[in-house]
Amino acid sequence: MKLKFGVVVFPGSNCDHDSYHVLKHVLEQETVYLWHKDTDLQKCDVIILPGGFSYGDYIRTGAVAKLSPIMNLVIDFANKGGIVFGICNGFQILTESGLLPGALIKNKNIKFVCKDIYVTAVNGTSLLTKSLQKKTLMTPIAHGDGNYFTNDETLKSLEQNDQILFKYSSSNGEITDECNPNGSIGNIAGIMNKNGNVFGMMPHPERSSDGLLGKTDGLQIFNSLLTNFIK
Amino acid sequence: MFKAKVIVKRKKSILDPQGKAAEHGAVLLGFKNITNVRIDKQVEFLVNVSDLETAKQEVSEFCAKLLSNPSMEDFQITLDKVDEA
Repeated sequence: MKLKFGVVVFPGSNCDHDSYHVLKHVLEQETVYLWHKDTDLQKCDVIILPGGFSYGDYIRTGAVAKLSPIMNLVIDFANKGGIVFGICNGFQILTESGLLPGALIKNKNIKFVCKDIYVTAVNGTSLLTKSLQKKTLMTPIAHGDGNYFTNDETLKSLEQNDQILFKYSSSNGEITDECNPNGSIGNIAGIMNKNGNVFGMMPHPERSSDGLLGKTDGLQIFNSLLTNFIK
Repeated sequence: MFKAKVIVKRKKSILDPQGKAAEHGAVLLGFKNITNVRIDKQVEFLVNVSDLETAKQEVSEFCAKLLSNPSMEDFQITLDKVDEA
């Protein structure tokens, strides 16, 4: 199925072109950029909030981006069941907007971590994970504020509602403290909302989706979305 | 007009990695009595109204909507009356 993707560009986004490239040239989907001041989502089926450092990450990551004019439309779109996928800074913007629970705080070791790591899908029914060919995927991370935090009550609710998508793990799927690159509670690397239409993850699947780069595990996540999207 | 001073504090239940690093630095410097270091944010600005209640309300709203994230931070507001600039 051909879908129309909209990649939102905030001042300071820097993974917008990577996302656009994968969607448009690798997956051959109709893809447009949406400027953060736009007042029209151009009838996109899926909205991508890409990685980067929107507004310099000032105040808190995603705190100013959530106030951009396009976010009113994105929130409305999400509340009506539209698919929204936030990657890295996009995930931070989604938690700041209240579309996803919890917050992303400074990495436990205070370092900006940029490396390839493994995540294991712990939810097998979501749009992004239903059709994965393997559960454990190698994906790059690059963030200073990726330490997912939430209170015990919200964590319990995430678990009960099967909203946790990915956890940091070893290459063979073991979820251990040693494999947690940022101190995230419960090794959480990605979650979705209760309705299963808003997704956020710190790892960058768009950076491991083109064979030219020597890694393609991330493509499975986008392919799962394409396979399971119901128009 | 009021001068507002806002302190945004990470909730006590949340680890403060920067505070921990500063605490570690204190140990490296040989300080033996420094513990529980927390690094907060202080924001100062002017509020151009004459009435304290209005100032309180506007600053609280600003804090809740932008300066702090209620899921991880608390804030304290101090308002001092100042002469018109």
